[in-house]
Amino acid sequence: MDKQVALEMKNVSKYFGSLAANKNVDLTVYRGEILAILGENGCGKTTLMNMIAGIYYPDSGTISVDGQEVVIKSPKDAFRHGIGMIHQHFKLVDLFTAAENIVLGVDDGGRYNIKEVNSRVSEIADRYGFNIDPKKKIYEMSVSEKQTVEILKVLYRGADILILDEPSAVLTPQETDKLFDVLRRMREDGKSILIITHKLHEVLSISDRVAVLRKGEHIATVETAGTGTSELTEMMVGKKVELNIDRPEPENVTARLEIKGLSMTDADGIKVLDNVSFTARSGEILGIAGIAGSGQRELLESIAGLCHPVTGEILYHNPKTGKTEDLRDKDPVAIRELGVRLSFVPEDRLGMGLVGNMDIVDNMMLRSYRRGNSMFVDRKKPGDLAKRIVDELEVATPNTRTPVRRLSGGNVQKVLVGREIAASPTVLMAAYPVRGLDINSSYMIYNLLTEQKKKGVSVVFVGEDLDVLVELCDRIMVICAGRVTAMLDGRNTTKEEIGLYMTKTERDSDENKGKESAQ
Amino acid sequence: MRNRDKQAHEPPFHVVKRDGVPLWKSMTIRVLAVVFGLLLCSILAVFLIDANPVEFITTLFDGAFGSARRLWKFGKDASVLLCIALAITPAFRMRFWNIGAEGQTLIGALASVAVAYYLGDSIPNGALLPLMLLASVAAGAVWGGLPAVFKAKWETNETLFTLMMNYAASGLVAYFLLLWTPSGSSVLGALSVGHLPIVIHEYFLLIAAVLVLTVLIYIYLQYTKQGYEISVVGESENTARYIGIGVSRVIIRTMLVSGAVCGIAGFLIVSALDHSVTTTTVGGMGFTAIMVSWLAKFNPLVMIGTSAFITFLQQGSAQITTNFNIDSAFPDMVVGIVLFFIIGCEFFINYKLAFRKTSKKGGRAK
Repeated sequence: MDKQVALEMKNVSKYFGSLAANKNVDLTVYRGEILAILGENGCGKTTLMNMIAGIYYPDSGTISVDGQEVVIKSPKDAFRHGIGMIHQHFKLVDLFTAAENIVLGVDDGGRYNIKEVNSRVSEIADRYGFNIDPKKKIYEMSVSEKQTVEILKVLYRGADILILDEPSAVLTPQETDKLFDVLRRMREDGKSILIITHKLHEVLSISDRVAVLRKGEHIATVETAGTGTSELTEMMVGKKVELNIDRPEPENVTARLEIKGLSMTDADGIKVLDNVSFTARSGEILGIAGIAGSGQRELLESIAGLCHPVTGEILYHNPKTGKTEDLRDKDPVAIRELGVRLSFVPEDRLGMGLVGNMDIVDNMMLRSYRRGNSMFVDRKKPGDLAKRIVDELEVATPNTRTPVRRLSGGNVQKVLVGREIAASPTVLMAAYPVRGLDINSSYMIYNLLTEQKKKGVSVVFVGEDLDVLVELCDRIMVICAGRVTAMLDGRNTTKEEIGLYMTKTERDSDENKGKESAQ
Repeated sequence: MRNRDKQAHEPPFHVVKRDGVPLWKSMTIRVLAVVFGLLLCSILAVFLIDANPVEFITTLFDGAFGSARRLWKFGKDASVLLCIALAITPAFRMRFWNIGAEGQTLIGALASVAVAYYLGDSIPNGALLPLMLLASVAAGAVWGGLPAVFKAKWETNETLFTLMMNYAASGLVAYFLLLWTPSGSSVLGALSVGHLPIVIHEYFLLIAAVLVLTVLIYIYLQYTKQGYEISVVGESENTARYIGIGVSRVIIRTMLVSGAVCGIAGFLIVSALDHSVTTTTVGGMGFTAIMVSWLAKFNPLVMIGTSAFITFLQQGSAQITTNFNIDSAFPDMVVGIVLFFIIGCEFFINYKLAFRKTSKKGGRAK
């Protein structure tokens, strides 16, 4: 096939303070190809794409479209050159319909005619095989439908270079497959598609070529057909990485945490947890899978005493005393006073688990500062703990008095997980503990969880990467819209099976009549 | 629809975020801001009062530090300002925007005067002073605590609430003044009782008390468990919830402390300086104190410097109005201009401008 250059970046650099987000990056995109931008979190993939989309302006270097040098100062400029980006966080007006959102901000000189827009949206959708009703309101849509609207928004504006930022992060495996089919059809139509990702199997299944970034620099662009997982990982990380997760057989398994019939409604009266029952056992890792926002956060926060369910029981079997306590309606301090050693690594690290503006030592104190009768805080022991964690977990930091918000994502998480493990828990709950982490840090976290499991801790792991869940967990509980839809054996399941259960209630939508999605 | 002919030009400059500016650099930028601010003031002075810049600057310093009397006055004014700034700092660290220090201080002053007015004749000075202090602390705490209770229980807006409390305090003072002055003049003559004893100099005890308070507040915020809780709640209420800090409790407790220290300021104003009260006793210092606290990034020790600096500007430029016989709004103008520069320079500490390197652009229109 005769390749025609669609977009070219030459020597592009972008600095944030002294940090080089991108350094002398060269990138070429052809018409009618899918180019994967691969790299670890924080390597500058999104920054690079944002410069094409007009969100950032490069400090140096040039961008050309169709062989002509262009200046892209704003997303509007980007659209003028046929470039559109689909961001990770959707920017849609909930009360508007799909078509209204799509046409919002389009100034083509013509008069506003929603009927015409509807039919044009349907036409574009049909051409690429999207399944969407232009008259449906955004608040009635599933995450995958919202993403479709974002893509259509870009296509409607006539973009022929599309950038997708981690599009599969919010999708089930089935939805991802459907999206990829659509992307392939767009490629056949001659569009250039850039897809940002850090998932290797996706790169291999969809892209024609892969551009690998590492620490802001462009390492290489290779043909997907001629490469493989290990080569790509090595390029991403800069050295060989062992990608196996150790999963020893659970030992001395006893029931540690028993959840019975837990239900909870949110401020709007919507059920966020619906009759959830399960048992977490000592010496094993219980994985929790589900689309983001299916009740994972509420479940863990209920157990940790941060929010209080309407009905149900949270029973803790204390291995020391042999007693059983109900933790429901108790706050974190009361739970601690009962002798329950419950550690919790929340999803929002800097907004809940840690205080971003405080240094590592002060963050260590969060759990322990109340100890003793003195009115003054003791910074000696937390200081020692901070030093130990920095040493043992290889936290990259100038010293222990550095504010944690200055650390990279992986190091922030090491500080948080380190502190929670240091409390020698009997139950350890972790919500998305590897989100945003580089590969090495991720595997370090997996190993730490497995170590805790070997010590007889009951580990509860809320994850999003299904490949990891099936490799790491002993059992996997799947939840959907606040309900438990399956409890699977981690050793005998597949991510496809998990994916099916993740959308189960949507399928047999007896209960959510108005909300069923067109599958 | 798509129009590639309209070529955009590269912007002349764009804003780039700085990261981890070293202390010496940020301090240099701040000092430069002050210098530029004063320079602008002195240029204005040339036009307004026909004074040359050198004369302007020397008068400024002379007004603030020119004699022993001025030096003591400087110390007194800075101390009162510092005391009120100390009071609001715990609340501000908690991100509770208490702009009611004016009223909390005033109500503290009123309480002191009331105690002296009613009990002054019947009990000795040594017993009266502690009673006055106690009454002021209690009154200030109530004035500060009330908005906190409403915020904690019903999530009312603390900024509006504390602001309204200022007017309530001022109204109460006006009422009591009418009550205490049968002639209806509303001017209460200086009380003969409830004076702070004079040690070394009439302002010495006041200045010393505020400095001791500064250290105490610093220790409270930096080294106690309560101070730590204030920081956690201020940074993230979610984190506070996560570790089981009762957010409502901390908000109310901290505002009680904040109001109580305002009460102390009110007591000091009455017992060491005014020996009376009017609706303008605090004279806007409750608001200037916000600047003092902000400029010091809520660090009590740094606040010694910022309160001294603002007092220096005020007192120095007040001298200029006297010497050159101009309108008394001039000090406010000087303070305003210099503060504008100081606040503006924070932008240059956090960001820098990256200018276009090449003036000519490649893309020719098709």
